Amino acid sequence: MTKVRVATVWFSGCAGCHMSFLDLDELLIDLAERIEIVKSPVVDTKEFPENVDVTLIEGAIANEEHYELVREIRERSKIVIAMGDCAVTGNVPAMRNGISVNELLEGVYGNERTTTGTIPNEVVPTLLARVRPVHEVIHVDYFLHGCPPPAAVIGKALLALLDGKTPELVGRDLKFG
Amino acid sequence: MTRRLDVLVCSGAACVSSHSAAVRDALSREIDENGLSNEIRIVETGCMGPCELGPVMLVYPDGAFYIHVKPEDAAEIVQEHFLKGRPVKRLLWEDPEARRIVEGKKQIPFFAKQVKVVLRNCGRIDPENIEEYIAADGYEALGKALTQMARNEVIQVITDSGLRGRGGAGFPTGKKWQFVASATGETKYVVCNGDEGDPGAFMDRSLLEGDPHTVIEGMTIAAYAVGASRGYIYIRAEYPLAIKRLQIALGQARKMGLLGENILETGFSFDIEVRMGAGAFVCGEETALIASIEGERGIARVRPPYPAVRGLFGMPTLINNVETWGNIRHIVLNGADWFRSIGTERSPGTKVFALSGKVKNTGLVEIPMGMTLRELIFDIGGGIPNGKKFKAVQTGGPSGGCIPEKYLDTPIDYESLKELGAIMGSGGMIVMDEDNCMVNIAKFFLEFTSDESCGQCVPCRTGLPRMLDILKRITSGNGTMDDLDLLQHLGEMIIETSFCGLGKTAPNPVLSTLKYFEDEYREHIEEKKCRAKVCTDLIAYRIDEDACRACGICAVNCPVGAITGELGKPPYIIDEEACIRCGTCLEVCPFGAVHVLSGELCNQDKREGSK
Amino acid sequence: MKEILIRIDGKEVSAPAGSTILEVAKQQGIPIPTLCHLDGLSDIGACRMCIVDVGGKIVTSCTTKIAEGMEVITNSDRLAELRRLNLELIFAERNHVCSMCVSNNHCELQDLACDLGMQHVEVPYAYPRLSLDASHPKFIIDQNRCILCGRCVRVCAEVEGAHVWGIAGRGSEARVITELGIDWGDAEMCTDCGKCVQVCPTGAIVEKGKAAAEMEKHPELVTTLKERREND
Repeated sequence: MTKVRVATVWFSGCAGCHMSFLDLDELLIDLAERIEIVKSPVVDTKEFPENVDVTLIEGAIANEEHYELVREIRERSKIVIAMGDCAVTGNVPAMRNGISVNELLEGVYGNERTTTGTIPNEVVPTLLARVRPVHEVIHVDYFLHGCPPPAAVIGKALLALLDGKTPELVGRDLKFG
Repeated sequence: MTRRLDVLVCSGAACVSSHSAAVRDALSREIDENGLSNEIRIVETGCMGPCELGPVMLVYPDGAFYIHVKPEDAAEIVQEHFLKGRPVKRLLWEDPEARRIVEGKKQIPFFAKQVKVVLRNCGRIDPENIEEYIAADGYEALGKALTQMARNEVIQVITDSGLRGRGGAGFPTGKKWQFVASATGETKYVVCNGDEGDPGAFMDRSLLEGDPHTVIEGMTIAAYAVGASRGYIYIRAEYPLAIKRLQIALGQARKMGLLGENILETGFSFDIEVRMGAGAFVCGEETALIASIEGERGIARVRPPYPAVRGLFGMPTLINNVETWGNIRHIVLNGADWFRSIGTERSPGTKVFALSGKVKNTGLVEIPMGMTLRELIFDIGGGIPNGKKFKAVQTGGPSGGCIPEKYLDTPIDYESLKELGAIMGSGGMIVMDEDNCMVNIAKFFLEFTSDESCGQCVPCRTGLPRMLDILKRITSGNGTMDDLDLLQHLGEMIIETSFCGLGKTAPNPVLSTLKYFEDEYREHIEEKKCRAKVCTDLIAYRIDEDACRACGICAVNCPVGAITGELGKPPYIIDEEACIRCGTCLEVCPFGAVHVLSGELCNQDKREGSK
Repeated sequence: MKEILIRIDGKEVSAPAGSTILEVAKQQGIPIPTLCHLDGLSDIGACRMCIVDVGGKIVTSCTTKIAEGMEVITNSDRLAELRRLNLELIFAERNHVCSMCVSNNHCELQDLACDLGMQHVEVPYAYPRLSLDASHPKFIIDQNRCILCGRCVRVCAEVEGAHVWGIAGRGSEARVITELGIDWGDAEMCTDCGKCVQVCPTGAIVEKGKAAAEMEKHPELVTTLKERREND
């Protein structure tokens, strides 16, 4: 049996959703039989691979790199899941949206409180004017709510998809926060 | 003393702002100097209609209609016309079609097709003089009602006439009166809704400025019919002239025993107070208006109970719009059959419109219901100026709909307009030509309504700004085709679930343009193109190398210094990054070398927030 | 009192004249989502969550009184869609960051999103920059989480009689304010009773000193209080 190719990506978020994923505990062992993690913050691949069956996205779209990559991900993935409140709503990263990028950078880097006193403009990707939930940039198939989504919800969704079914996320499964 | 001539100088707000007062002063000086003051009288009237041509004046009895009169023309008019009997031809209205000068007002096409009922006195009498009003059958209807008609007979004639609310919704007026008459309450109120808030609308203002007594008389008749003892005229504080003339009129009516205690010695007492609104559009909604008169925050209240049952200060209240009030005395005086002889079966009578936008004759017009949009726009309005093509007409103010060319033969009545996704509204009529971008138009109106939402209910308060966000996304080139569905869903949802009439109609401009001009939306999204070249994010200015003569005028006039070049060495070049798309270069270029492009070159990724 | 016969979700029921559709539905055990409604306070029909279908027309059940022969549908695909979109609009309007909120897990707005199956907010988020007033010694008002339901305004006027709360501004500029827009801490009419805190359905009006998810509220206290007063 060929394994289902699964990717996980980490945009603007705290990695809590990935931690929650790991909280699947012994279910991970069962999952390992059926899925192959082809790309993830914990897998050493530089490029986002082709022909991915399911991609779980943690985090909001906050900079140019995210913006480019997420569109590539959409092209290369059959199913895209927004995992966690940052990906679904913008959540904490989007709290900067009421502030202009310049004001923000000035406030964070442009004063004596910082070590260098300069605003980084090389190597790091340019910030978008507004942090956006994933579905504002690409089509998203399923949404896992929660900060982080409980392991049980992630497991429920994945198992349903592996069985070729539509994940039934209802009631408290949909709780934000 | 018999007078030879009456000179009617329009002092509607539009003419006042084009300095009709100075014209009046100059005329009066000339008349005095020529010793004609016993023969010629100057009358300041309300709006005559063709505001675009102001200041305008009309000379009776010969009916000469002067346009664009300046104070310095006064001497010539007095010398030539008033003394020698030769109208000054260069100042008379010229029929643009026939290229001939029209000497009599009745021959002017702008007036010929109009039927003036409500505006009968506007532009004919001095609104500050009650005697002129009385001379024009004023207060005769009140006298008839009070002395010859029982209360229910008055209501019956209004019901039989088929008059419907001119504020826009078209509710049968007689029915409303009947509700108030049968409601019980220790006091009953009659209210005039003069909170005309639509951008570009000046129907109510013109009537209140030009013939305030008509409204007062209508209200007094209603007060008698429904048993009310107090009245309020709620009017925008932005209409100081109307307020002033109303106050004068109220004072005069009281003095003559036509208002106040024991009117016409019939034992019936009724008085009216003017209340000024602070400029909130939502206060045109009757329950919000009531809240505002009571001194509360101007937000809509739950209906039922309707104001007819529990309105102002919890008492039965009759609210009608200014124009509705303007019809009353004519119906009482001339009867229901006469009224029904004008207009259509289901929408009898006339309707006043403020015709504006891309039309030759803008101004105030009154037409019989059932006239087609085409007749109104092309016959009365004179069609589209500058040889441009008609694109759409928007009726019903900011929450009306845009009607495309193929429906121009639709008769103007409540039902027909509603069927097209537009509304009658209070009478705004804005004509658009090929230079108007329909997406931008929808955005403009939504900006207005979302700003004017009272903020009470969710769909209107937060739904309209979200629709606006989506429209901004589209006009800046960041829209997606999914946005069109979302606009449609949101629009329908807001209409279906909003608290009051504001939210229930505000999405109309978007939904109607989506329906009739979807191709323009698609172009903005898929081709990043604005065919009318209005949406600044989707256009670019270019200088044609061959046509440029390197005169440098564009560079001198560019407000941001975005154009560079060397004198005499074409071409000059526009820096697209620096250009703010103000269009100044296009206007000043003497060689027509500046072009506006859209679509062709603007296909670069214009995503939100890339910088 | 006169009884009126109506049909609600196909079932014929009778209820006293003057009852609202919401009241009748509640008595029948038919759930209708609400947000600005609270038993014991007057109804204003602001949030539009409790919409129902009466003869094809959408009305708010909290403000619509029953009438003889009325046909009410409390749930349909269309109603569910309208309510969900309405809820999305509330979420998109201000900055509802559940994970950071003291009312997390005890929030009527959050609960509604679960109950109505809101998968995501399709309308664009507004992300406004809003203020927070912590000038009162015991309480905080955070505009980021306010949904303008007006419960604070009504409880303060109708139950406490203090009239501290009001709403100023229009459209998306509308804000709950204390007295005439002064800091809450300076509002002399405020009795510090905390009823506004208890009735606020979200984490907008809260007690000081609570961390995320620690603020539990009891709006039913106000309902009970009102009932007892009426029975006295």
